[in-house]
Amino acid sequence: MLEIRNLHASVNGNEILSGVDLTVRAGEIHAIMGPNGSGKSTLAQVLAGRDAYEITEGEVLYEGKNLLEMDPEERAREGVFLAFQYPVEIPGVSNSYFLKSALNAIRKHRGLEDLDAIEFLQLVKQRLKLVDMDESFLQRPVNEGFSGGEKKRNEIFHMAVLEPKLAILDETDSGLDIDALRIVADGVNKLHRKDNAIVIVTHYQRLLNYIVPDFVHVLVDGRIMKSGSKELALQLEEKGYDWIKAEAEKSLTPA
Amino acid sequence: MDQGGSRKIFDACVRKEVGMSHQQKTNVWYQSSFELFEKSLNGEATTPLHAIRRGALERFHALGFPTTKNEEWRFTNVAPIAKAAFTPTFGLPGHIPSAKEIERFSFGTPHRLVFVNGHFAKDLSTVGKLSAGVALTNLATAFKQHRDLVDAHFSKYAPFDENPFVALNTAFAQDGAFIYVPEGCQVDDAISLVFVAVGSEPFYIPPRNLIVLEERAQLQIVESFVTTTNASYFTNVVSEISLGRDAVLEHDKLQHESLQAFHIAAIHVRQKERSNFTSNSIALGGSLVRNNVTTVLGAEWCEATLNGLSVGTGTQLIDNHTTIDHAKPNCASHELYKAILDGKSRGVFNGKIFVRTDAQKTDAKQTNMTLLLSDDATIDTKPQLEIFADDVKCTHGATVGQLDENQVFYLRSRGIDEKLAADILTFAFASDVVNRVHVPALREQLEFLVHAKLNEGRKS
Repeated sequence: MLEIRNLHASVNGNEILSGVDLTVRAGEIHAIMGPNGSGKSTLAQVLAGRDAYEITEGEVLYEGKNLLEMDPEERAREGVFLAFQYPVEIPGVSNSYFLKSALNAIRKHRGLEDLDAIEFLQLVKQRLKLVDMDESFLQRPVNEGFSGGEKKRNEIFHMAVLEPKLAILDETDSGLDIDALRIVADGVNKLHRKDNAIVIVTHYQRLLNYIVPDFVHVLVDGRIMKSGSKELALQLEEKGYDWIKAEAEKSLTPA
Repeated sequence: MDQGGSRKIFDACVRKEVGMSHQQKTNVWYQSSFELFEKSLNGEATTPLHAIRRGALERFHALGFPTTKNEEWRFTNVAPIAKAAFTPTFGLPGHIPSAKEIERFSFGTPHRLVFVNGHFAKDLSTVGKLSAGVALTNLATAFKQHRDLVDAHFSKYAPFDENPFVALNTAFAQDGAFIYVPEGCQVDDAISLVFVAVGSEPFYIPPRNLIVLEERAQLQIVESFVTTTNASYFTNVVSEISLGRDAVLEHDKLQHESLQAFHIAAIHVRQKERSNFTSNSIALGGSLVRNNVTTVLGAEWCEATLNGLSVGTGTQLIDNHTTIDHAKPNCASHELYKAILDGKSRGVFNGKIFVRTDAQKTDAKQTNMTLLLSDDATIDTKPQLEIFADDVKCTHGATVGQLDENQVFYLRSRGIDEKLAADILTFAFASDVVNRVHVPALREQLEFLVHAKLNEGRKS
C-alpha cells in the first residue's frame, strides 16, 4: 500500500529525514518510535502533504502512485489520513459542517453521491459512539475550546467518518489520560480492517499495549535504524533509545 | 423637484466665478441647493426646526469638507465627494422600485418603512399592529404630528459643530424614519428601514432618523441601504437615538450600496441608566464608506456593544470610526470590528474610548481583526483610549493577518480543496460578527450576501 524509498526531507536547508525506507501493506499496523527530534512528525507531515518540507531525494509510492506529486486534498481523497499531533482549532466552523464538507469531497472523488443531511447525521452519530463523544461535539467549532484529550478523540472521530485506507496517527496518545487512551485505542482497533493500514507515530510504548503493532520501527536522526516485532517497543521502553544509536554507530564504523 | 434648476445655478455660478476655490464652489453649490430646498418647504421655512437647518448649513460652510490633514480624516480622502456636484432631491422620484424588488429586505417583519432616494415611499411601506403609543412614521410627518418629541430630541445627540457631514445632513434634514416607543413597551417584531437608491444621476441622499426609546422600552431595528443602480450617488445619513432607563435596542445595519456610491453615516446614541445598546454594522458596498458610531454612556450601569464587519473588494475604502464615551461609573462596553479585504481595497478602523474622571469601574473591551486576502489590500487600525479614571478595566487588541496556514492545511488534509478551504475559513471569520445579529431573516440574508461578495471579490 505504501512504499517509502530513501526519503530525504529538509526544512530551510536542514535535513530532517535522511533516507527513510518503509513498506506498509494492507491489513498491517506499524509503529514508528524514536526520540524527540528524530523526524517522526516530519515523516507524518510529509506523507500528508505539508509543503513546509522540501523533498530532496527518494520517493513515496501509495497504491503504486507517486504520493509526493499529489496535493494534500488529493491524498486525503485517495484515502490517506493524518491524525494531527496538534489538532488545529477552527473558530466559526462547526465540526459537523467541516466533516460533511470533507466527507462529500472524498465521496465525490470516489464517484459517490453527496450524503444528504439525514444520512450524514446517522453516520456521524454512529461514529461518535466509537470514541465515546456526545452529539454536542457536532455543533461545536472544530477543536475550539476542546480539552487536549477531546481534540485527540475528535481526530479519531474524523478518521471513523472518513474511513481512510492509510491512517497515520501522530502522537495520538500524548495528552491522553489512561481512560481516554483506552477509548481512543478501542476506536482505532474497531476501525482496523484487512483492507486498511495504520501507522502509529509515538514516543512512548503505552499506546501499543492497546493497539498491537505488527511491526515496530525506530527512527533516529532521520533514518530507521532498527525494525522488529512488538517486543522491540518493550525493549525501548526499558532501555531508552541510546543503545539503538550506539548499535547503529558500531555497525557503521569500519572494522 | 427640479434637479435641472439647481444644476443650472451651479453652472452659472461656476462660469461667473472662474477663479473660485473648491471650497467656495462647494459652498455656492450647497447654498443654491439649500435655497431650492427652502422654496420646496412651502412656508415651513420659518419654524424653529428650520432655524437649526440654517445654522447647520452655516456651520458646514465654515467647516468645509475635511482634508486628510484633519486627524479624524487622516486615512480617508473625501476629495471625490467634495469635488462632485451631487444633486439634492425634494420629493420621490418619478419611478420607484416595485415591492418585489425590495422584498428580500423585509426580513420577515410586518413593519417596514421604505425610503427612495431618502424620501418616504408610503406605497412600499407597511406597518403592522403596534402597541398603543408606539409611533412609527417618517420624519417629515413627525415634524407635523409629533412636534414636541421632535423638538425635544432632534439634533440633540448628533452635534454638527465639528463634523461637516453631520452639518450637511442636518441642513437638508427632510425625511427619514421616526420611531417612538413609550415607557415599558416591548416591540416584538423588528422594524425594517429600507433606504433604496435609484436613478442614474449623482443624487445627494441625506436620510435623517430619529429613534426614541423611553424607560424599559425594547426594540430591534434593521437599517438597510440598498440600490437598484450602479450610479455614483452620495448617501449622507444621520441616525439619532435616545435610550431611556433600562431601554434595550439592537440596531443592525446592512450597507449594500452601489460600488460607485459614497456612503457617509453617523449614528449618535445617548444612553440613560442601565440601558443597553447594540450596534451590528455590516458594510459590503460603496466606493468610499465612512461609518461613525458614537455612544455616550451618560448614566451608570449602561452597556454598549458595537460590532462591525467590512468586506472590501476592488478599490473600495471602508472606514469605521467608533466613539464610546464612558461618562459615568459602572458601565461596560464591548467592541468587535472585523474586516475582510481583498483586491486593492482599504480598511480603516479607529476606536475611541473615553473614560471620564467620574467613570470608575468602567469595563471596556475593544477588538479589531483584519483578514487581508491579497497583497494589495491595506488596513489602518488605531485604538484611541483616553482614560482619566484610575479604577477601570480597559483592553484593546488589533490583529492583521492572512488566512492561517495551519488551518488551511488541516482542512486540505481532510480532503477539502484549497479554494473551498479558503472560503470556509474566510466565511467563518465573518460569521463571528454575522452571528451576533438577532434578527434571523437578516442573518440569513447577510450570510448570502457575504458569500456572494467574497466570491465576487475572488473573480475580480
